Amino acid sequence: MSNVKTVYKKSEGLSDFHLSYCPGCTHGVIHKLVAESLVELDLLDRTIGISSVGCSALNYDFFSCDMQQAAHGRAPAVATGIKRVKKDAIIFTYQGDGDLASIGIAEAIHAAARGENITIVFVNNAIYGMTGGQMAPTTLPGQITTTSQNGRDPETQGLPLKISELMATIPGATYVERVSVHDPKHVFKAKKALKKAFEIQRDKKGFSLIEFISTCPVNWGMTPKGAVDWAVDNLIPYYPLGVYKDKTEGIE
Amino acid sequence: MAKGRIIIDIDRCKGCALCISYCPVNILELDLTTTNERGYTPLMTNDKEKCIGCGFCAIMCPDSVITVEKFIKEAK
Ligand SMILES: Cc1ncc(C[n+]2csc(CCOP(=O)(O)OP(=O)(O)O)c2C)c(N)n1
Ligand code: SF4
Ligand code: SF4
Ligand code: SF4
Repeated sequence: MSNVKTVYKKSEGLSDFHLSYCPGCTHGVIHKLVAESLVELDLLDRTIGISSVGCSALNYDFFSCDMQQAAHGRAPAVATGIKRVKKDAIIFTYQGDGDLASIGIAEAIHAAARGENITIVFVNNAIYGMTGGQMAPTTLPGQITTTSQNGRDPETQGLPLKISELMATIPGATYVERVSVHDPKHVFKAKKALKKAFEIQRDKKGFSLIEFISTCPVNWGMTPKGAVDWAVDNLIPYYPLGVYKDKTEGIE
Repeated sequence: MAKGRIIIDIDRCKGCALCISYCPVNILELDLTTTNERGYTPLMTNDKEKCIGCGFCAIMCPDSVITVEKFIKEAK
């Protein structure tokens, strides 16, 4: 006879809604990590997530905690307001690279500068997914998008913004790490980073941002596994993984 | 006897095949004979006995389709 142990099942931090993402898009993997982290830290009941604008705009339906939708790029400002009236709530924003690194860059920088005690889940897939694959501030040099049809040209379009490196220079930020979800080992590491960010917030130690290297198989024109491999070969060399700032460990 | 098993929530599956590449014993494929409620070609296992219950497929599935159970032998 043998006992049965459940090794993996859908997190209670997720609702029963079917995610609206394209097949194989790693937005879904990142959602699972947010949900699992909040459940494992027993924080789900006091969590309020802020949906942004992008493919994840509908994720107020996907998490089983309270959620608030914010206008494009404004999630860190909405998070600030909610946190200030509900100091014991755990607040996260979930933002793509168009939302955070383009239209919302000011809100993100100033939330960090004020040292707001919130957590930003930043999803870098190097493109505007929802609107059909336009160039983002994070699009790689030479990368073809609908608005850089000969590949991004650094001469006229500049070099991609490295958000984790940038945020780490802001004195008010407590914890900044870049992670990836391209294989089980990295998914595990990514979850560890996210849990640490939520613990820092719970312990009132300040602002955290976790940048996830993610995929957009549809607008990159690749299979889901092909997209994951492309991210490993192209995005991670430009956006190295690791801890960029951790005031709790003296890493600045 | 198999060391573990997976339970596939077929109607949540989007047939993206991402999980398939991560199975260390290569027992996953899409079931080309059918489509699910939403029109996708869902996942299936082709050799249940080989599953080691590692959980890799489930960890990588963006849509929480797969539940993984491990069989633990009781001490005699
Ligand atoms: C004020 C405003 N400007 C522009 C848009 C159009 N718009 C919607 S989503 C988006 C970019 C989304 O890209 P990203 O944040 O990278 O998220 P993804 O879809 O890739 O997950 C833009 C420009 C909008 N909705 N509102
Ligand atoms: S458009 Fe891209 S980022 Fe958006 S859900 Fe589809 S694959 Fe994911
Ligand atoms: S649990 Fe492991 S061995 Fe079993 S199907 Fe999934 S990846 Fe393969
Ligand atoms: S089980 Fe998940 S990862 Fe595998 S094909 Fe279906 S949706 Fe894709």
